[in-house]
Amino acid sequence: MYMSPFTFLMCVICIASLGYGANVMAFEPTSTSPSKLPPWSQVEDTDPDPDPGETTQAVFTLNYPRIQIPFEITLWVLLASFAKIGFHVYHKITVWVPESCLLISIGLIVGGIMHSLHEKPPAVLTSNVFFLYMLPPIVLDSGYFMPTRPFFENFGTVLWFAVVGTLWNSIGIGISLFAICQIEVFGVKDITLQENFLFASIISAVEPVAVLTVFEDISVHEQLYIVVFGECLFNDAVTVVLYNLFNHVAALEVVEAGDVFLDIGRFFVVGLGGTIFGALFGFVTAFTTRFTGKVREIEPLIIFLYSYLAYLIAELLDISSIMAIVICALTMKYYVEENVSQRSCTTIRHVIKMVGSVSETLIFFFLGVVTITTEHEWNWGYILFALLFALLWRGLGILVLTQIINPFRTIPFNFKDQFGLAYGGLRGAVSFALAFTLPDSIGRKNLFITGTIVVIIFTVFIQGITIRPLLKLMNVRKTNRNQETINDEIHKRLMEHTVAGIEDLCGQWSHYYWKDKFMKFNNRILRKILIHDNHPESSIVALYKKLELQNAMEVLDQMSGDISAAPSLISLQYVSSTSRPVLLFSEVFETV
Amino acid sequence: MGASQSGPVHMFQDLAYKTGFSIEQIKNLHNRFIYLTQAEDTLRREHLENVSDLALNPIRRQIIEAFFDKRNMGEKEKGCLQEIGFEEFVTVLSFFRPPKPHTVDEEMKNIKKEKLRFLFNMHDTDNDGIITLDEYRRVVEELLSSYEIMGAETAKAITDAAMLEVASVTVGQMGPDEFYEGITFEQFMQILKDVEIETKMNIHFWNLDTRTVQCGK
Repeated sequence: MYMSPFTFLMCVICIASLGYGANVMAFEPTSTSPSKLPPWSQVEDTDPDPDPGETTQAVFTLNYPRIQIPFEITLWVLLASFAKIGFHVYHKITVWVPESCLLISIGLIVGGIMHSLHEKPPAVLTSNVFFLYMLPPIVLDSGYFMPTRPFFENFGTVLWFAVVGTLWNSIGIGISLFAICQIEVFGVKDITLQENFLFASIISAVEPVAVLTVFEDISVHEQLYIVVFGECLFNDAVTVVLYNLFNHVAALEVVEAGDVFLDIGRFFVVGLGGTIFGALFGFVTAFTTRFTGKVREIEPLIIFLYSYLAYLIAELLDISSIMAIVICALTMKYYVEENVSQRSCTTIRHVIKMVGSVSETLIFFFLGVVTITTEHEWNWGYILFALLFALLWRGLGILVLTQIINPFRTIPFNFKDQFGLAYGGLRGAVSFALAFTLPDSIGRKNLFITGTIVVIIFTVFIQGITIRPLLKLMNVRKTNRNQETINDEIHKRLMEHTVAGIEDLCGQWSHYYWKDKFMKFNNRILRKILIHDNHPESSIVALYKKLELQNAMEVLDQMSGDISAAPSLISLQYVSSTSRPVLLFSEVFETV
Repeated sequence: MGASQSGPVHMFQDLAYKTGFSIEQIKNLHNRFIYLTQAEDTLRREHLENVSDLALNPIRRQIIEAFFDKRNMGEKEKGCLQEIGFEEFVTVLSFFRPPKPHTVDEEMKNIKKEKLRFLFNMHDTDNDGIITLDEYRRVVEELLSSYEIMGAETAKAITDAAMLEVASVTVGQMGPDEFYEGITFEQFMQILKDVEIETKMNIHFWNLDTRTVQCGK
């Protein structure tokens, strides 16, 4: 309870300083022109030159313009962080209301305050800032923490939903909206087909953060989790590619069939190119970390630099930078985490999470602020139909796509799973940023921004808040994986080897076969090149070590204070009464 | 194959009924059987050992043994056969058939129990119905044998930990003089109830193409 007045006070101080800063600058940003951050010289020009005659030394000066930009950025980030701290004070809130809702609400409040003070938000959210600074951390975060084993087991499904699903949504929504445009009554006849497709591709991008938190909370089955996760990650890539495609096409006066085919071909080049590029960078990173044994301090830096470099060079070559950075993270994670020290590993994970989370927070926050302060263009028909079609096409898409892919899956999706998938399609950060950074050549840009904001707010608030009770009510398939035990791991391995063996006997190839072959290639060649101290370890041994370590730490935690007793005495006190465990614990203490 | 069509077809239909495979799958498996045995009538251990891909599998011995284990043939007897015919081959493979869609829960439980029974038989080599520490340790050692590891000590420690887990889950706290004999089948089912055997331990018997797959010639 003591937190909230403090948080409130800090928020007020932050807003006041931002207001002050805006006043001093006499800065009127326009949200339409792609502006760079204002150069300092502009400020100095407006200040009158000091009179050369007066040279009195001021005792106390205030040089705000010098620190203005970093100061404002810091304050904005700090404000967003306080908001996050504030939410978790009341734990119940975050259970029922996803964090994105809360962030948008705070943004709305701040926007409201700024609007009433007749201030405009700083025009920092330009295309460059978003695509070069804010998006890479978010995508790196998702890519790095993607659980690899379930991902590769469901690889086909994930790609299917991400690529085909997004295409389905964009094209479906685009065509339906174009049909609506033809109706005179709504007064939007001037929107061309290309522009409709552009808008449709923007509002088909789904955002995983809120949904995944809910899924984790109610322990949903990992099949569902990984499909949602993977779909959101890859459809970012697909959406950005489509966006650029349609952007380019929208600018053309006449579209010929040849252009369309070139564009489709380009789509594949971009996607595959990004993947290969990312894998290459992943391996180079892993190779570099092989030699960083003596300079542990720069290990995290290497990881970030290489990932960012992959992103930037992919942008240079105009191939999918999101795919590049994601695949880079996926490939390098396995080798890097064996090469770097424990501390570097923790640092890497923490920094990636932190920067990704800050970026995401800022974008949602901006969303709230911009909603109030921007000039909206409202059109009942277009926007409501856009919302309707967005929901409709997603639902239809999931239904149809699942029917097609279910026969190929070992565990088919039932209707409840499909509902979870369809309802969990919240829009978020990426949609907003793409809409906000549309070029001015699009006539109805403000309409599109308004439409996107409406779709995002609807899905985040309505669907985000209701998805948890709905999933609980429907009793969606829960995960079976409660706790990792050695027996489970041993038998999983046993089962995999048995199935692989039987498949070999039957001359049968399936994903176990490929996995097996890849693991052999990995152990024989890749690990020798990329890993510094190559000790390939069975997952059973790794799990055993982890559990033993946990056990040992739990025992130590239980004894608060008196650690003077010898190890063998400890084991006698805290152990169950069969003879074997005593042996086990004392062995552990002797080797640790 | 052309001369005696009706005989095998009848046999195939019986087998299909008994094991749940489709006629098409039985035909494919029969082709594979002929391929493995090199046109002899019965399958022996040497035929299976000739499969080159299997040589790299750490538990190939147990897998091969499973085909000759009488308990997997649905018989009450215990012991091993020296050679098996096509019928036994298909019976063993039917343990890996995926459950048909829309199977009811009761049926699923039975399927799971059968698959678990298969795994249990792989452990329990002396056919006494209990997996002892030594039997378990042997399996763990084989599983770890494909990695260059510290040696037998690790396998021993892991097996001890695993047995301890089973004991604490199934029997609970034991007195200081009690000795845990081994894992019975009921206990085995209990500790593995969370692993989704019925969905993971499956092979889709579609694309069996015996012509393109080499077989250690």
